[in-house]
Amino acid sequence: MIGGLFIYNHKGEVLISRVYRDDIGRNAVDAFRVNVIHARQQVRSPVTNIARTSFFHVKRSNIWLAVVTKQNVNAAMVFEFLYKMCDVMASYFGKISEENIKNNFVLIYELLDEILDFGYPQNSETGSLKTFITQQGIKGQHQTKEEQSQITSQVTGQIGWRREGIKYRRNELFLDVLESVNLLMSPQGQVLSAHVSGRVVMKSYLSGMPECKFGMNDKIIIDKAGKGGVTNEAGKSTSGKQSIAIDDCTFNQCVRLSKFDSERSISFIPPDGEYELMRYRTTKDIILPFRVIPLVREVGRTKLEVKVVIKSNFKPSLLAQKIEVRIPTPLNTSGVQVICMKGKAKYKASENAIVWKIKRMAGMKESQISAEIELLPTNDKKKWARPPISMNFEVPFAPSGLKVRYLKVFESKLNYSDHDVIKWVRYIGRSGIYETRC
Amino acid sequence: MPAVSKGDGMRGLAVFISDIRNCKSKEAEIKRINKELANIRSKFKGDKALDGYSKKKYVCKLLFIFLLGHDIDFGHMEAVNLLSSNKYTEKQIGYLFISVLVNSNSELIRLINNAIKNDLSSRNPTFMCLALHCIANVGSREMAEAFAGEIPRILVAGDTMDSVKQSAALCLLRLYKASPDLVLMGEWTSRVVHLLNDQHMGVVTAAISLITCLSSKNPDEFKTCVSLAVSRLSRIVSSASTDLQDYTYYFVPAPWLSCKLLRLLQCYPPPEDGAVKGRLVECLETILNKAQEPPKSKKVQHSNAKNAILFEAISLIIHYDSEPNLLVRACNQLGQFLQHRETNLRYLALESMCTLASSEFSHEAVKTHIETVINALKTERDVSVRQRAADLLYAMCDRSNAKQIVAEMLSYLETADYSIREEMVLKVAILAEKYAVDYSWYVDTILNLIRIAGDYVSEEVWYRVIQIVINRDDVQGYAAKTVFEALQAPACHENMVKVGGYILGEFGNLIAGDPRSSPLVQFNLLHSKFHLCSVPTRALLLSAYIKFINLFPETKATIQEVLRSDSQIRNSDVELQQRAVEYLKLSSIASTDVLATVLEEMPPFPERESSILAKLKKKKGPGAVSVELEDGKERGELNGGGDRGGDAAIAASNASTPSPSADLLGLRSAAPVSGTAPSAGSLLVDVFSEAGPAASSAGVNDDGFLSSAPPSAASEDPAPPLPESDELLNKFVCKNNGVLFENQLLQIGIKSEYRQNLGRMYLFYGNKTSVQFVSFSTIVSCPGELQSQLNVQTKTVEPLVEGGAQVQQVINIECLTDFIDAPLLNIKFRYGGALQNISLKLPVTINKFFQPTEMAAADFFQRWKQLSQPQQEAQKIFKASHGMDTEVLKAKLLGLGTALLENVDPNPENYVCAGVIQTKAQQVGCLLRLEPNAQAQPGEQMYRLTLRSSKDTVSQRVCDLLAEQF
Repeated sequence: MIGGLFIYNHKGEVLISRVYRDDIGRNAVDAFRVNVIHARQQVRSPVTNIARTSFFHVKRSNIWLAVVTKQNVNAAMVFEFLYKMCDVMASYFGKISEENIKNNFVLIYELLDEILDFGYPQNSETGSLKTFITQQGIKGQHQTKEEQSQITSQVTGQIGWRREGIKYRRNELFLDVLESVNLLMSPQGQVLSAHVSGRVVMKSYLSGMPECKFGMNDKIIIDKAGKGGVTNEAGKSTSGKQSIAIDDCTFNQCVRLSKFDSERSISFIPPDGEYELMRYRTTKDIILPFRVIPLVREVGRTKLEVKVVIKSNFKPSLLAQKIEVRIPTPLNTSGVQVICMKGKAKYKASENAIVWKIKRMAGMKESQISAEIELLPTNDKKKWARPPISMNFEVPFAPSGLKVRYLKVFESKLNYSDHDVIKWVRYIGRSGIYETRC
Repeated sequence: MPAVSKGDGMRGLAVFISDIRNCKSKEAEIKRINKELANIRSKFKGDKALDGYSKKKYVCKLLFIFLLGHDIDFGHMEAVNLLSSNKYTEKQIGYLFISVLVNSNSELIRLINNAIKNDLSSRNPTFMCLALHCIANVGSREMAEAFAGEIPRILVAGDTMDSVKQSAALCLLRLYKASPDLVLMGEWTSRVVHLLNDQHMGVVTAAISLITCLSSKNPDEFKTCVSLAVSRLSRIVSSASTDLQDYTYYFVPAPWLSCKLLRLLQCYPPPEDGAVKGRLVECLETILNKAQEPPKSKKVQHSNAKNAILFEAISLIIHYDSEPNLLVRACNQLGQFLQHRETNLRYLALESMCTLASSEFSHEAVKTHIETVINALKTERDVSVRQRAADLLYAMCDRSNAKQIVAEMLSYLETADYSIREEMVLKVAILAEKYAVDYSWYVDTILNLIRIAGDYVSEEVWYRVIQIVINRDDVQGYAAKTVFEALQAPACHENMVKVGGYILGEFGNLIAGDPRSSPLVQFNLLHSKFHLCSVPTRALLLSAYIKFINLFPETKATIQEVLRSDSQIRNSDVELQQRAVEYLKLSSIASTDVLATVLEEMPPFPERESSILAKLKKKKGPGAVSVELEDGKERGELNGGGDRGGDAAIAASNASTPSPSADLLGLRSAAPVSGTAPSAGSLLVDVFSEAGPAASSAGVNDDGFLSSAPPSAASEDPAPPLPESDELLNKFVCKNNGVLFENQLLQIGIKSEYRQNLGRMYLFYGNKTSVQFVSFSTIVSCPGELQSQLNVQTKTVEPLVEGGAQVQQVINIECLTDFIDAPLLNIKFRYGGALQNISLKLPVTINKFFQPTEMAAADFFQRWKQLSQPQQEAQKIFKASHGMDTEVLKAKLLGLGTALLENVDPNPENYVCAGVIQTKAQQVGCLLRLEPNAQAQPGEQMYRLTLRSSKDTVSQRVCDLLAEQF
């Protein structure tokens, strides 16, 4: 289990130190600083083992968050916790920065006491945390006894993530499907590896204790439905075209897993406000929004000609945004001339790359850049390693092909039905690590 | 030096550095550096006409980036260009870059060397110095090759400036240290020596460093420097403090030069020329006199400089060790320092005195300071000084003051630092033994030692007590009484229990008369400690109990009861359990006579080097013990300890479970009393069944080995093979396993197996000493044409062999074609600093690749006739050197690797064998016939050996090999 949690600034000074177990000594703080933050070689592994003690760290801008333990803990759990911790802090005081942490250190200790108990992660749901950990201490006194007992029964009750008696005039919910698509492609255009990791994020403003049911075009769910109901082949094939194969998925704690296991239906009582309903990953039949075609020609020892074509590969009616192509340059580059039709391109010496930015681009279009790179002859016989060309973008559809089929809301006690709820659905596809070798 | 012109501040560089310093994170720093690198690249690439200033600036930036830990792969050319600049600063930066970043890139090196050459011949002293510094900084072989001839010329040329001469001398020193083979002084020698007469003190100081280094390698060539150095020294020493102006340091004339001169003189024996010697003695006296003078300044630098010269002079006096007068004066001077308030001085004084104590002239003088030294041991605050004080006490100890010193050291031990306790214990133990007048004092001292610092008393110390008590009849009773009393303390150290158990077990009867120490009381006392002890001690106590049964039959019932108890007879430790069971049976079955024989008193131990001394040597490293003990001369198996026969029956019964943790006192040693030839090999784990006889036969050779090995041991080249190695080779013709070689230090065992034309040999190197062998290496070589006949592959062995440890090496052998010679095995290692070099022949002979062939009589004779050409047959008639025992002969012939064919030869006395020698190139069939004339008188018995094979060389070789076997 987690033995302690430290937060450092970029200089390695300790901002927050919370030790949960006796086996973690004071020197653990220094051990991490010396061996990771101030290490001579940059430490790239997020898990470091120093003298039989394991350190798990994540970095947010200039801030290091490190979990330390002497036991054999589940590393995935620790990182999940760290990310949650970051989310919680961000929702309390915004950006995680040295100044914010220093200003809110009392709050952070209070949070740490609540979400970790003797090193075991507890409730980290922001919504429910906010009901009893408040930045203004005075607010607590205004709470009536009733409210306080409500909090107690909520926190200790079966549905810890939602309190009773919520009322909204307009019952509304927002559903975002956020995906990031990762790709590694050979220069010839062969896909070497590709996967999409996605999240379904929901924001709900619903009264009472509604029961929700979420449906999407997952292959298994549709097959199951097909078996139970319609048995004709045509129906299956039409739905099969659109259905996707999800490799693995995880759900928010509110989802009834037993029901998912038995009926493959995702039903839950949602928390109030914003939360992440599920996370998933797919590897098959991915729609690659962009195709990068590189052409690199070495002209003698002192010159390099690079031509890169990007093709957008989605419906012409859709617009991709924030497109950025990063073309690495050799380490002995001494000068670069760039010509591009669209957008802006610039050689950034500090990053050893040409960065080409395009604000907007419609589907089924093509654009190209060509650059002449002058090289300085060096003594080194080493050849340039030719790092891959990487790309960033945002598209308004889900590259995995995931579609939300329905989201039904049932509230038997209050008098509103599924039709009265206003629902908004949005798809955003972003690039993860989207690289093409050249 | 040219004045720094305006604009040389290099603002761009300063800005860049401050940018880097202000970076908040590593990433930001890397970004900034990338940006700067790109900028420099574009500058270098862009317009070719970059002016000197910016070139210098960018090269400087590159250098800075490199020093931050980033790779730089360009800019070398620009740096080399800077070398040809005429501005000092630009040239300097160029040289700096080259010195830091040079790689052995051939084209660049050529350019650099060219630039250096130009500067060396430029006659501009600053440029020459820069070039010389660069050569010294790089110091690579290429540089040495290019300039080793040039620099001595500059050094001795008449018109070279003094500052250049200094640099040249130091540069040459550096090149000489890096690649001594390239720097050949030859013709320059005398002129370099005469630099000692140079007017300029700086040149002399630089030259003397060079001369000291050169003369330590070949002292004879530089012999002439002694008189020059002496005269120079006397000029400095006698000069007034104002004479040398720049070279007077806080009123001391040229302290560095003086020290270096004194150190140079330490490379040589005292000068033979009377006049020179007189002058030198005069100098040394002056130095000693000056130490007495009141200081001219209160500054610490003044006294430091003065004392530096003084200590260097004292070490020269100690080095000469021939002037009693000076030695005594030096000792007195050091005596004054013993009470100086400067800790460093006290330390140095104690250290120098340690060496003085070993000189016959000053030993007495050193002894006068005993009180001060003891005081230092007690009151000194610095542990390192206390350590030195303890060393000095040890060094100055002799028969007259031994009791006092030992008592002082013992009392100090109670409060001593943990770090030096073990060494102190060893020293006390050694002194007590060495200067013991009566042995009761010795026993008292050691028991005290165990009482005070039991944890630090190593095994060797208490082994030694027991050895001495057993060897001296007169102390046995006293020892028994003393340990009995010591054991009565409520808490006593385990080592004390060990000594007590052993001594009471042997000599308990001597004090049994006293009712206060009756047998039962003794036993109860020992047994009360039993449960607090570790397993080895318990094992020892069990042995003591069985001895009690023998000594005092009245205790038999009690002891048997103890042995029978579950905690003994069912002990989870197998060793204890076995002892309990066996001792119980022994005591109940054997008659008293048998018991008395079995459990007889231990015979005296052979005299040998004290194992404690060996331990101390090991601890400090050889050579560090300043005083050799007189009795340390005899060499011997250092850790033979007591592994000689104890009680035969116990030994025999325990022999089935040889355990490496055998207590050295012989309670369960494997060798029976009768055969106690100190079989040193028993320390090694026996891996071979035949090791016993082989070891003893090798043991006979021991002296021969030692007399031949050490003279050749000094050289680094492989020693010539030992004369016995042929004999050794013959031993292994008919067998595959055994001990190949053994001397006092090393035992080499062999295990080998052969299949067809392949063989695998395991060599076991056993370290018989308690000291580790360092840089242990072995080389197997095939001399001459053997290289094409045998293919031998070895795995390297670990360079460290711990004392008493054994390492294994595997050798794979492939026989390509038939061969005559054997491969050579060369072993080199350092034992206590001395290089040991042993060469042996590996017992790989052609017959190892025999494959036996069975055939019928008719078959045999048919083939025999086929091989009738005269060169295919080899025959020998020779005298039998061993008896003609049929079984032995058969075993040997089978061991040869051939098949022994029965009922083939019409004469049943004769032996007939057949086999095929498998080599990679071919197979050689081989037939053998051995005809003994068994009827003849012993002494006249002869054999006729006939060999026929398809290859003449094989017949001859096998015949030769076999002839040596019968």
